[in-house]
Amino acid sequence: MKNLNVMVVDDEPGIRSGVSRILNNFTVSYPFMDADIDFNIIEVETGEEAIEKIKSDHIDIVLLDNKLPGIQGTDVLEFVNKNKPEILVMMITSYASLELAIKATNKGAYDFIPKPFTPQELKSSLENATKHLFLRGMTKKLNKEGKEIRYQFLSVLSHELKAPLYAIEGYLNIMKDKEAGEEILAYDQMIDRSLQRIKGMRNLIMDLLDLTKINFEKKPEKLRTIILGEIAQLSIEAINPYAIQKDVQIKLLDEENIKLNADPGDIEIIFNNLISNAVKYNNDGGEVLVSLKSVNDKIYIIVKDTGIGLSQEETDKLFDEFFRVKNEQTKHITGSGLGLSIVKRVVDLYNGEINIDSKVGEGSTFTVILPM
Amino acid sequence: MTDNKKLIIIADDDLDYLFQMELYIKSFGFDVVKAESQKEAEILIENTKPDLAIFDLMMEKDDSGFILCYKMKRKHPDVPIILATAVASETGISFGVNSNSDKQWIKADLYLEKGIRKDQLNKEINKLLKI
Repeated sequence: MKNLNVMVVDDEPGIRSGVSRILNNFTVSYPFMDADIDFNIIEVETGEEAIEKIKSDHIDIVLLDNKLPGIQGTDVLEFVNKNKPEILVMMITSYASLELAIKATNKGAYDFIPKPFTPQELKSSLENATKHLFLRGMTKKLNKEGKEIRYQFLSVLSHELKAPLYAIEGYLNIMKDKEAGEEILAYDQMIDRSLQRIKGMRNLIMDLLDLTKINFEKKPEKLRTIILGEIAQLSIEAINPYAIQKDVQIKLLDEENIKLNADPGDIEIIFNNLISNAVKYNNDGGEVLVSLKSVNDKIYIIVKDTGIGLSQEETDKLFDEFFRVKNEQTKHITGSGLGLSIVKRVVDLYNGEINIDSKVGEGSTFTVILPM
Repeated sequence: MTDNKKLIIIADDDLDYLFQMELYIKSFGFDVVKAESQKEAEILIENTKPDLAIFDLMMEKDDSGFILCYKMKRKHPDVPIILATAVASETGISFGVNSNSDKQWIKADLYLEKGIRKDQLNKEINKLLKI
């Protein structure tokens, strides 16, 4: 639970205790916030007192009445903006004082709460302010952690998420306007394509979830001794229905019963991505060979396919986020372009390495080397 | 009946979007040639003179659309070009072809966010074709 300090500045005791009462058990939650936020209320009678408190205590939000006995609310607002601009000021005003509202906006008030207010109005104003503070904190953090990367990632992500939306929206509009006539059969293919695009989007979102998971540290509580071959087998079973459709055979070569201390979820990500790629980019009737070996305290996971292969230029970019090989053969293969960048992150997390050996037209071999 | 329909080139690597654009633009009464990649579009530019071109920005490369605009204007300076993209302004990429500085490097006549309504698309095309 996180606390925000809210100072109420009003000379009417009724308003101060009312605000305290309303906000006492109020919490704000946000889907991607770790914990709920609640409020500490500090009650103050005059503008002078308010300024003293702002100097001495940490205040996040000020609820400020303009009509005060000594200095006015707008004077306090001015002080905040000059000295503590990070504090959000919300003015409590009566409906009549529009002029004041304009003046206060110019001086940087974040919001207004018209008087008299209902508990609900106060709560929703405060909720907005809280979310604003939270997002501002997040943005600052992201800016520090590499604006460039974030910018690039977001622009590609936005493209990848919006493209299917436009495609689906387009088909729906065509159907709505009955562009292909009254016969429902005429729209079959458009419906199929829309469902395909939704599936692609869902996969992208799943991959994104994997990616955010890996951005964090290895989780010690999830580490356990795992049998590599078992996880490989599970992966193969999951991908097999798809392989059968493509008439691709997956074989597992595992003679050593290798054990490894790892988070099974992480190792599954490696197998799932490498094996599903090996099937996806294979030729009909092709083969995938998964072999597990250990040599000198190192574990080798080797996934070899008889697929379309990669050029040097493609190999160089293969681990970039959202990179996808685009050519005549891959045109109808869907993918988020995140799979291998996720694999790379997992492998890095375990201080391992990943190598590619590939020839166009002959196939690719991916080798993951992990320390024991 | 002589066929004097105007010809429009559409290049987009999103095959669904390409299909929809073709459907609409044909319904406006134009002929359409399609390209599914920057590479295909470059071949088209060399061999065809359309009345108008619509290019997607991000295809094999992030700037495929810009390259196509440049090549088209070099070959046929008088063919109007619409640059269409799903890249959103909220990511920080925002450009139009309304300011002079943008016009210097973006060789398109109109920049469109994808998801444009059919009637609006028709209007924009007619405006560029001076119909």
